[in-house]
Amino acid sequence: MKISREDVVKVAELAHLGLSAAEIDTYREQLDRILTYVEKLKKLDVSKVEPMAHVLHVAATPGAEESHPELREDTLLVCDVAERVLAQAPDAQPPFFRVPRVIDR
Amino acid sequence: MTPPTAWTVAGVRLALQAKQISARELVAEFFSRIKSRNPELNAYLTLSTERAYAQAERIDLAIEKSEALPPLAGVPLAIKDVISTRGLRTTCASKMLKNYVPPYDATAVERLDQAGALFLGKTNCDEFAMGGSNENSAFGPARNPLALDRVPGGSSGGSAASVAAGLAVAALGTDTGGSIRQPASFCGVTGLMPTYGRVSRYGLVAFASSLDKIGVFAANTADAAALLAVIAGHDGHDSTSAAVPVPDYGAEAEKPAAGLRIGVPENYFGPGLDPEVKEKVDAGIASLERLGCRKMALQMPHTDYAIATYYILATAEASSNLARYDGVRYGLRVPGSTLIEMYRNTREGGFGPEVKRRIMLGTYVLSAGYYDAYYVRAQRVRSLITQDFTDAFQKVDAIVTPTAPTPAFRLGEKTSDPLEMYLADIYTVTGSLAGVPGISIPCGKNKAGLPVGMQIFAPHFREATLFRIGRAYQAAFDLER
Repeated sequence: MKISREDVVKVAELAHLGLSAAEIDTYREQLDRILTYVEKLKKLDVSKVEPMAHVLHVAATPGAEESHPELREDTLLVCDVAERVLAQAPDAQPPFFRVPRVIDR
Repeated sequence: MTPPTAWTVAGVRLALQAKQISARELVAEFFSRIKSRNPELNAYLTLSTERAYAQAERIDLAIEKSEALPPLAGVPLAIKDVISTRGLRTTCASKMLKNYVPPYDATAVERLDQAGALFLGKTNCDEFAMGGSNENSAFGPARNPLALDRVPGGSSGGSAASVAAGLAVAALGTDTGGSIRQPASFCGVTGLMPTYGRVSRYGLVAFASSLDKIGVFAANTADAAALLAVIAGHDGHDSTSAAVPVPDYGAEAEKPAAGLRIGVPENYFGPGLDPEVKEKVDAGIASLERLGCRKMALQMPHTDYAIATYYILATAEASSNLARYDGVRYGLRVPGSTLIEMYRNTREGGFGPEVKRRIMLGTYVLSAGYYDAYYVRAQRVRSLITQDFTDAFQKVDAIVTPTAPTPAFRLGEKTSDPLEMYLADIYTVTGSLAGVPGISIPCGKNKAGLPVGMQIFAPHFREATLFRIGRAYQAAFDLER
């Protein structure tokens, strides 16, 4: 068994996901199967291979153009969207988003 | 009356210029088709009536004044509902964003608008683009227009279905692990995943940022090329968009395919591949040889590790990206007595089962004690899979494979087993991890009449090669589509 019920509960806590008891059992079983499947990666010797976070700097293509993104100028732009953004909020008190009390005093 | 699927980008332009139809009439025609077929297909989630007519008016005015028409003038388009559209609900097929209205257009959408396209509406998909069947939509599955008891594929199922059913001339989709190519294969249309960084992701709701790409569905390769020409190119709003010049795809696509070296990796044709799919793809490759392409056998030794690598990396990135749905700034909020309880209730109520599953898996592989064993190891294997492509492209100009191991499956057939659903991505995720462009083009139908797709990969930023091969193939072997 790759993952226990307690592990699932802990992961759900880390992810701020509320899960029912039935969901915990289902996910335990499904995650267990998936984690067992991905074990196959252990068969490869990757000790001398660099981890790849993204493809932007990969010279995978002989002769292809360099895709290295350029740093842009730090230009000041108007970003006048606060009102429209706040209009989407479930509970806004402009210019703030309101949430349940976090600090008691 | 024109038959339902006959419109193409070029056809629209000719008809408008000849004044056989106005842009306004074209919009009305497509909305009437949508009205009659969408109830059974569920391809569209939201219609963009007001904007489509406003866009049509602009085009009709330009025609009236005999002004030069922009490249996609009057082309009716569908947009996958994970791509932001100003003032138009963008749900990601999730309860979480059921009422979310973006304050801005995605860059791709803005460029299509400027190119004269008409936006018909937003299309159904798997929730947050996570799935391969469109069955993970909070608003019910879309259906395959060629067989209503079957899935259109996913995640961009609604976009594929809308083009296949003639409810749009072309559509925007997104592809993270196959979400354009596989539904294109299942619905019998052309689907292009561009190189990572070729098209700006600004305004695309993030799923897995190192893998997400915006791409297109179209009736044929020439139309796909016309759309890519508009949406490709660097964008200051997306630091991962590449500052690589955009070639003239239309002209490139006209070049003959003769002389191109196509690699056929043997391990893409092994066990698990449906025999009829194999037969059609083999026949497609034989046709490419008749066009003068030179076939070469390839080994891509790390293919078998791609699914495991993909599902670790994509879920890790997803768990991080989806942390933003917390009920504070936009989207659903389910109240709770404390802040943490509010987060938990919101995420419990807002996300569907597959999204939760991926957040759980992603959180697990990133958690203390497992990060190196899973996440970093998968990143290292990603290098190996990419190296397979690098090595292959030393010898060949393109790689040809099946797009999916089977034709469209039945609704409900794979929903009980998430791993089985993941395994069906075997042929598409490799190219996704390497960041190379890929296209799926229809290469016939099986005995039951279900379409089969042939996938072609090219080196980074060589979409033109895909267009050359696809256009030559479609011109020589014009399938009934």
